[in-house]
Amino acid sequence: MTVDIATLVAILAMAAATVLTRLSGLVLIRHVSLEGSRRKAIESIPPAVLMAVVAPTAFATGIAETLACAVTAFAALRLPMLVSVALGVASVAILRALGL
Amino acid sequence: MNNKMGFQEFLGGMRAISPLIAAVIPIGLVFGAVAATKGLSPAEAGLMSALVFAGGSQFVAMDIWTHPASWTGVGFAALLVNIRHVLMSASLGTRIDGFSQPARYLSMLFLADEIWAMAEFRAKVARLTPAWFAGLVMPFYLAWVVSGIAGAGLGAFLGDPVVLGLDFAFPAVFIVLVMGFWKGPETGAVLLASGAAAVATQHFVPGVWYIAAGALAGLAAAMATGKERDVGVTP
Repeated sequence: MTVDIATLVAILAMAAATVLTRLSGLVLIRHVSLEGSRRKAIESIPPAVLMAVVAPTAFATGIAETLACAVTAFAALRLPMLVSVALGVASVAILRALGL
Repeated sequence: MNNKMGFQEFLGGMRAISPLIAAVIPIGLVFGAVAATKGLSPAEAGLMSALVFAGGSQFVAMDIWTHPASWTGVGFAALLVNIRHVLMSASLGTRIDGFSQPARYLSMLFLADEIWAMAEFRAKVARLTPAWFAGLVMPFYLAWVVSGIAGAGLGAFLGDPVVLGLDFAFPAVFIVLVMGFWKGPETGAVLLASGAAAVATQHFVPGVWYIAAGALAGLAAAMATGKERDVGVTP
C-alpha cells in the first residue's frame, strides 16, 4: 500500500478543482436573482448536462452504441431504471459481439 | 423533524439510489482496473475515488496519466470535465432551501452526477430533506470507493470491460435519467442543442470541452425558447 507523492499531489489538485466547481454554483445563486426566464433556464440544466455527457456515445461512437442507446431510451419509457440499464448493457455486448 | 421520520427519509434516499449502486459498482471496478494498468496502487486508486468522487474526471485522468503524475494536467482536466457541476450545484441549490447553511455546502461536496440527478428528481415530487440526501450519498460513496479499491486489487482478473459491455452502464444510466426529465417540445429543443453541440465539439476539439459546450448550448436553447414564449404572451 504505497502512495507516491506526485500521485498524491495530482489527486489533491483534481479534488480541489472538483470541489471548486461543486461549491461555486451554490455561491453563484446567492448573488444572482432567479426569476422568470432565468428560473426556466435553471430547470433546463439537468437535461442539458446529461445530454452533453452522453451525446458522443449515443451518436458518434459506433452503430452498437447508438442502437443500445435507443434500446435503453425506449426501455426507460416503461421499465424501471435498473432493468433499462441492464438491457442497454446486454444489447451493447451482443451488438459488439456481432461485430457492429 | 424527529429522529424516526429522519430515519424513514434516510431509508427512502437509500431505496432511490439502490439501482444506481448496482450500476456504479461495475464502473468502479473498471476504474480501479484501469488505474492499476496505469501503475496506481489500490491505495492510490481508493484515495482518488474518495477525494475526487467524480467518475468522469477520474476516467479522463487515467486517460492522460503520466509518470510521474502531472498535477497541472489532471487538475485542469478535472476542472474542465467537472465544470458542469457549477450548473448542477446552482440548479440543486435552489431546491435545498430547507438545509442549514453548513449542510448546503457539505451536500454539494458529494454532488456526483447520479446523486445530483436523483436529488433533482426527488425535489420535483417532494421536499428534499438532508436525511433523504444523506441516504443517497452514504451508500453510493461507499460503493464507489470500495469498488475502485477492489478493481485496482483485482486488476487484470476482471476481463475486458468493453467486451462485457460494462463501460456502457454509465451512459445507459444517463439516458434513463434524460428520459425522466422530458417535459415536452421545449425539452426537445434543449436536448437537440446540447447533443448537436457536444457531438460537433467532440469531433473538432480534442479533450473534454464537449461537455461544457453541450451544456451551455442546451442552456442557451432553453433561454431562447423561454424568451419566445414571453414575447408570445405579452402584447
